[in-house]
Amino acid sequence: MGALFAAATLQGPKIDWFGISPLLVLLGGAMVLLVVGALTPAWPKRMYALYTAGVAVAAGVMHVLLWHRIDDKGTATLVSDALSLDKTGVWLGLTICVAVFLVAFLTDDYLRREGLDGLELYVLYMLSALGGLVMVAANDLVVLFLGLEILSIALYVMAASHRKRIKSQESGLKYFVLGGFSSAFFLYGIALVYGGAGSTNFTKIVAEFDTTIQNTGNDALVLAGIALLLVGLAFKVAAVPFHFWSPDVYEGAPTPVTAFMASAGKAAAFGAMLRVLEALPQWSADYRPIVWTLGVLTLVGGAVMAVVQRNVKRMLAFSSISHAGFILVGVEAAVHFDGANLDSDGVSSVLVYLLVYAVLVMGTFGVVTAVGRTGDAATGLDGFRGLAKQKPMLALGMTVLLLAQAGVPLTSGFVAKFGVITAAVEVRSYAIAIIAMVSAVIAAFLYLRIMISMWIAEPEAGDDAREPVRVPLLLGVAIALSVSFTLVVGFFPDVLLTIAP
Amino acid sequence: MTEFPILTMLVLVPAIGSLLVAAISKRQPDLVKIIALLTSVLTGAMALWVLFAFKSEDADFQFVSNHSWIDQWGISWHLGVDGISLFLVVLTGVLFPLVIAGVDPHHDHKRYLSWMLMLEAGVMGSFISLDLFLFFVFFEIVLVPMYFLIGGWGYDNRVYAATKFFLFTMVGSAFMLVGIIATAVLAKAGENGAVTFDLIKIAENADFASSTGRWLFFAFAIAFAVKVPLFPLHTWLPDAHTQAPTGGSVILAGVLLKMGTYGLLRFGVYLFPEAAVWARPLFLTLATIGIIWGAIAATMQTDLKRLVAYSSVAHLGFIVLGTFALTTTAITGSVFQNVAHGLSTGALFLMVGMIYERRHTREIAKLKGLQKVAPVFAGVFMVIMLASIGVPGLNGFVGEFMVLIGSFATARWWVVVAAMGVILAALYMLWAYQRVFHGEPDDDNKTFAELKWKEGVLLLPFVALIVFSGVFPKPILNRIQPSVDKLIEHVEANSDWQQPQPADPVVVEPEAHDATEEGEG
Repeated sequence: MGALFAAATLQGPKIDWFGISPLLVLLGGAMVLLVVGALTPAWPKRMYALYTAGVAVAAGVMHVLLWHRIDDKGTATLVSDALSLDKTGVWLGLTICVAVFLVAFLTDDYLRREGLDGLELYVLYMLSALGGLVMVAANDLVVLFLGLEILSIALYVMAASHRKRIKSQESGLKYFVLGGFSSAFFLYGIALVYGGAGSTNFTKIVAEFDTTIQNTGNDALVLAGIALLLVGLAFKVAAVPFHFWSPDVYEGAPTPVTAFMASAGKAAAFGAMLRVLEALPQWSADYRPIVWTLGVLTLVGGAVMAVVQRNVKRMLAFSSISHAGFILVGVEAAVHFDGANLDSDGVSSVLVYLLVYAVLVMGTFGVVTAVGRTGDAATGLDGFRGLAKQKPMLALGMTVLLLAQAGVPLTSGFVAKFGVITAAVEVRSYAIAIIAMVSAVIAAFLYLRIMISMWIAEPEAGDDAREPVRVPLLLGVAIALSVSFTLVVGFFPDVLLTIAP
Repeated sequence: MTEFPILTMLVLVPAIGSLLVAAISKRQPDLVKIIALLTSVLTGAMALWVLFAFKSEDADFQFVSNHSWIDQWGISWHLGVDGISLFLVVLTGVLFPLVIAGVDPHHDHKRYLSWMLMLEAGVMGSFISLDLFLFFVFFEIVLVPMYFLIGGWGYDNRVYAATKFFLFTMVGSAFMLVGIIATAVLAKAGENGAVTFDLIKIAENADFASSTGRWLFFAFAIAFAVKVPLFPLHTWLPDAHTQAPTGGSVILAGVLLKMGTYGLLRFGVYLFPEAAVWARPLFLTLATIGIIWGAIAATMQTDLKRLVAYSSVAHLGFIVLGTFALTTTAITGSVFQNVAHGLSTGALFLMVGMIYERRHTREIAKLKGLQKVAPVFAGVFMVIMLASIGVPGLNGFVGEFMVLIGSFATARWWVVVAAMGVILAALYMLWAYQRVFHGEPDDDNKTFAELKWKEGVLLLPFVALIVFSGVFPKPILNRIQPSVDKLIEHVEANSDWQQPQPADPVVVEPEAHDATEEGEG
């Protein structure tokens, strides 16, 4: 009787249900689809996609409400310090929801075209996004790791989900093996930081520094831990020299999944990187040069290696690497600490970049999905030849998106680049700013090649025999949304900049 | 703001025209052409209206329109025109309708015209923006339509040339963007030390340490040096010109290159006077090498279009020489020469295009005796060519002569070398004329058609303006000079530069003008 009484008084953590509502929405949405979908006959055309988009919108709305709550009541930590509720996390969470919304539209017709109908991919999108949300809100290394694994495991399965293409399975396996490897690095890093600082909780690590480490002067364990954490995160964001998986995986994975990896995956991983680095302000002088070097290698490596590719999906993989380099420029600016806080211009430039890039890359891969044709294999440059004649609007949209990726003014891509360069210049990181801009020129060559193929290249024999490119409704809507966002932000950057934290 | 925002319209009208043209169905080619022509003529008319409403004695920016655009970064839609930019605006306004009406792209008219109009909006914008960010936006956006014009309607090697053009210019822009941001962030010239990208506020209020100013100056100068192009960054130009369609070449030579020389004055000398004075020897030397190099290279060319392209390198060398001589006469001459070169080289490219239309070759060796079969054509070509050489009575003379005279006091030995460029210009131009037009026409050239009346109408404005501004440059110089004076004063106030007071009687005319101005003031 006494034991029972004791159990009843055991206090669980106080849970702020509203604070974690986006997580609950996505989890609930995934579970409902899984259970109901399993019990009912196949839903009518487009319903799975619309359902997923609806869940993403609901989660997005919860994010907006949380945003207002932060405006009113300030930031907070949730579930006994496991998660933190602040604008950075909410913004990135919203970015991930946007990615889920768009990717659902990309996937709908793709699955029908490839004969892969089913709801598994949608469930995985939602679960993977759930992991992403945990990562960007984590306030504890272990929680962050849980988020990372939820995100990654879903991604491994998604990458291999095209059952009829051997390349898809190869990419899933490759991603799984290398991803597991990087998770191990990350986990070992957590262990070392725990050993050195006595806690995995970000708040407590900072406190520990002031009480113990500063007195003993012994921080070798923490430093080693930071190095391993950075390796794990650099792998996730595909920073050079930890990028080797990304071209193969991007090429092999079903195109919509590639889009999801490049947008939501990147946003989550960079969110996690900001969280980890923010928790270790005392060591910023030690890890800032690492971030700088990673940034430069990623910028130059991504751009240079992109030039020699022939496959558009591989090209975009390298371009995505080079974009990661740009984001690292912003991260480098952010880790010029202002007291115990990250440099706010740096952080907000990273956040804007991630949102802009997520939408951009969705639109771009949306076009690639259409051009890939049945079998998802016509993603070589040849597949784009003559697109301007066949589908002028699609070619025009793709041109806008590519110019935005190249950073041409009056597009969102320029606004994003301008933001990170400004942040870098403000903390006087001139060298990396110039390297970034010059590598953007090299990367521009790759976008020009796709444009040449669409607009200028002479038709060749057999072109007419190819399967015509189709743009189904939802895919068209997704591309149109993405292009409009690109232009609106390009012309009126204030719509984004005034609300960025 | 009650005043009609004429400068904003100069940008918006062609931009809207471009969208309209893009939106109209391909099946209505006539409607497309009419809309394109109407919008470009309307823009031209507005540019001329600006010219006539321009107060010639006022050295400040006129028709200013200033609206906040991106508050968060201190960026505004700030437009204005002064004596330095006025004639570039007019030139842009005049050249585009002529090119749109007179040059046939042969295929895909709709897309061609749409790109053309977007190009016009971009070029106009770069000449009138008074905000660093805004300027960069226009400067960079120009690349896109030009890239597609060269790539889509050019000759055999067009993809290579278009890509080279795009990447070369973009490398320059990369440095400039970092420079622009660093300038704004370091200057913090806005109210209460806020960051602003406003050109005038930065130029008047900012006080850079001289080493900082020099770095920033170079970040800008690289972009403009590529655009001008200055030796040794000029290698993209002959390719781009040779491969571009005729319309593209005319615009490229006529106004696009001027974005570089204009930028050097506006965003180099005006923004960083101390650094510009410090960097004088370098730029004078590069400009002089460009003059001689361009001339020698032009002599060697076997392709008529390439020859004209290299002659551009030489002519633009004069403009840069005058800019960095930093005297009133030299800079006024430079600004004048911008326009003169735009007219004469633009017209030369038009005529080379006409030769190509008839003979489907531009090889000098394959052309012979055209004067016999097409005397009027040869005559017009002769006039334009003489203007390009710089023969007195035509506009090329006024510009180059003022540059040389004005530079003599401050850059004597450079002028001595550069003056040889004038002689070389006569050499390569006349030699080319001799090979193409003199002698007995062989069988291939016997059927060379005479100038058609439509071509004549197209060339008439060029010839008229060339002769008019050559014989009577005063109204133009009167409008340029007050702004140049003000620029020089700004340089003198912000550096240890002192313009030598000319004792040379040749410069009487500008002095007389000064006197009247003082009388009025």
